[in-house]
Amino acid sequence: MNVCFHCGEPLRGSTLVARVEQRDEPVCCSGCQAVAELIAGTGLGDFYRYRDGSSVRPGDGSQSDKWRVYADPQFAAQFTRTSKEQTSVTLLIEGLRCSACSWLIDQVLRRLGGVHDVSVNAATGRASVIWNNAQLNLADIMRTIAQLGYVPHPVTDETVTQALREERRDSLKRLAVAGFGMMQVMMFAVAVYSAELANEIMEPRLLSYFRMVSLLVATPVMFYAGAPILSSAWNSVRSRSIGMDVPVSIALVLAYGASVWNTFSGAGGEVYFDSVTMFIFFLTLGRFVQMSVRQHTAGVTDALARQLPSIAHRVGANGIEDVPVTSLLLGGVIQVRRGEVLPADGKLLDADAHIDEAMLTGESLPVHRKIGQRVVAGTINVDGPISIAITALGTDTALSHIVALMQRAQTYKPALARNADSAAARFLGYVLIGAGLTCAAWLAIDPSQAFAATLAVLVVACPCAFAIATPAALASATATLGRHGILLTDPDALESLAKVDHIVFDKTGTLTQGELRISRCIALAGLSEQQCLHTAALLEQASEHPLARAFAPYLDQGTVEDMQTIAGRGVQGRIGGRLYRIGSPDFVAELCREQQQPTALTGSVIMLADEQRALAWFELTDSLRPAAASAVSQLRSLNIEPQILSGDGSEAVQSIARQCGITEQFARHSAKQKLTHVLNLQKQGRRVAVIGDGVNDAPVLGAADVSIAMGRGSALAHASAGLVLVSDNLAALPEAVLLARRTLRIAKQNLLWAAIYNLGSIPLAALGFIPPWLAALGMSLSSVAVMLNSTRLLPRGARHTAASPVVTSAHLRETTA
Amino acid sequence: MSILFVLIPLSLALVIFAGWGFFWAVNAGQFDDLESPGWDALRDEPPTNESPGDA
Repeated sequence: MNVCFHCGEPLRGSTLVARVEQRDEPVCCSGCQAVAELIAGTGLGDFYRYRDGSSVRPGDGSQSDKWRVYADPQFAAQFTRTSKEQTSVTLLIEGLRCSACSWLIDQVLRRLGGVHDVSVNAATGRASVIWNNAQLNLADIMRTIAQLGYVPHPVTDETVTQALREERRDSLKRLAVAGFGMMQVMMFAVAVYSAELANEIMEPRLLSYFRMVSLLVATPVMFYAGAPILSSAWNSVRSRSIGMDVPVSIALVLAYGASVWNTFSGAGGEVYFDSVTMFIFFLTLGRFVQMSVRQHTAGVTDALARQLPSIAHRVGANGIEDVPVTSLLLGGVIQVRRGEVLPADGKLLDADAHIDEAMLTGESLPVHRKIGQRVVAGTINVDGPISIAITALGTDTALSHIVALMQRAQTYKPALARNADSAAARFLGYVLIGAGLTCAAWLAIDPSQAFAATLAVLVVACPCAFAIATPAALASATATLGRHGILLTDPDALESLAKVDHIVFDKTGTLTQGELRISRCIALAGLSEQQCLHTAALLEQASEHPLARAFAPYLDQGTVEDMQTIAGRGVQGRIGGRLYRIGSPDFVAELCREQQQPTALTGSVIMLADEQRALAWFELTDSLRPAAASAVSQLRSLNIEPQILSGDGSEAVQSIARQCGITEQFARHSAKQKLTHVLNLQKQGRRVAVIGDGVNDAPVLGAADVSIAMGRGSALAHASAGLVLVSDNLAALPEAVLLARRTLRIAKQNLLWAAIYNLGSIPLAALGFIPPWLAALGMSLSSVAVMLNSTRLLPRGARHTAASPVVTSAHLRETTA
Repeated sequence: MSILFVLIPLSLALVIFAGWGFFWAVNAGQFDDLESPGWDALRDEPPTNESPGDA
């Protein structure tokens, strides 16, 4: 076992252990150790037995103070609702991945004195808590959750949550009405059909009774369950465009209208209540599945707000005070501490700073900013505290502009849905013309048969199988993709993915782990590598610089005196009386006056020296994700050309491209250049998939034919992506392409079968060979055939157990993180 | 066959009752989260004062 007991990440040499249920379990960092021991120590060790998958690695403890502002009742009031002594709040909990997580949070919160009620919803990643405000405050509750390794965010827009819940409940009810109604009407229809099959004449009194009852049941199905379909069709007719719902609605209205007419006009014509209810049920089911998938990306509404902190430290006349970001003014001065997110755009006032702009530019390493340079909201200050003068707030910030750019880019999206709609509209046009011709012909030959034949044409041509051909295949594929750790957020994406011939890895971070590691250590002066690493780790332990974190696994006993951190350059300190320096080569060389960098070193180079001589050289590189190279070669065997499009420097990009076998790479591309690159490829007729994970990737993701976001990427990237790699596992990528191609093949088979059925049966129906009941039966059977064909896409194990390819909440909830 | 004139309305009444029940359950939030409540059974209640052995 060399993965962390708590978070499941590799141990990387960590020797820490956590005591859980009388056993020592290995953990990767002190954060995980604290969380695991807290969970076990409060008797909740069962959590580890029941969770599915690993937990989230907790952030370092240095930010625990940030909850303090929530203790201020006035500040907390914008998130909470208070009545008498009880206060309630809804929290969005980052890292809530499974039901065991929700159980754990529930248990721990209930142990706090003063908590009245807790309900944690694993599907939506939200917790609502009611407590006695005389005993507790919001800060206590959020701190408690944070101690478990989750990150709570107060939900400011409760109305959105409410609306989503209402939508879900509403469509469940409509689905139930359609289902119950369909079963009832089918029962009556079977009685009537079996009489006809046996060539018996049903008693007219009984027949019209059956019809009346069917009418009674079908009416709520038509006007309650079918209401969304009918009203959306009505809306698109009023706006003079033909949506997918228009042909469907015309078929429904005609069939229902004719059935009602025939019910009251005597036993002459056929009724089609069974077809109407079944059709509505299938349509409603499809919509329900789509809604579940879409809803769970809805947490994104909060995403942009979550990127920016809600509290800032304002530097005023009376020192520093914590104020809500909304009360900041242009020109004001704020302080941003180490590890905090910048709440506004501004000019750097004092010290040099290292800013992590990964969210914005994709640059994997922090950028050095000097006094007077511009810093941007949403980025993270990784070094000591800095002061900035605010130059832009809220919607004027660069982050907001990127969101606007993304929204504009999304209009480039190829509208596959529009093609399908126009095909359906054309098909419907032919059906209507055919029905009209049939009616006219029969009126001339034998007027008594005219109505039955016309209706037979309309029913037999009802594009039921046609309409579900693609959605049924998509639903099965969605379930299978979930098994592979891929979430499909846009149904169009699968269709495009099957046709993709270029995959662009937007930035190197999608191919690498995103964490620097020591790849080489050259020990000099007769020291062993181990000794050098220990000394380096001791010196680097206090530094927050990302390069310094790579040394953490090698930390051992020992003390450092006279520790000095020189921002952006390195660390100096005394161990056992000897003065050491570690950091950038020119900084260290000032101490030992020796700088002979071994030429073989690439990546980021760090030097360790004492006053006399250089002691060691370290090479730090970002390592490839485990499956990157094999995924790339598999993609190439699928005739897909991989490319890297990165904002990083060309050296880093080249080295990564070489390691995973990508020949086409483009370094130092800004977000705008990436967008033009992708658009150019598309102009050459290429179909491009883009894989990205940052906020600034959103415009490129929006413009691509298929966009794929990494699961750990920003929520905004998820929102504009068609597919999300939940598990961050690149090996799933070729699988997804293969599955997409199979899905498209099966959807085509379905469409072909539906077309053969429709085109073959329409002439027969028009000639009067098919009685309407046979038409209805044929229509149902063609739909069943399409459904069965689609189940071939289900994962093998699930094919026997899961009859309906409904997306389970298991892979929905996994992306709440 | 006249019995159908009684049985079918009865079955309809049952369906309406089932539908009403389902609507009630949905409105009461029974379908909002199908995962977490399954874990309630594993929740350890704080020890109560009354134990089975008490006379």
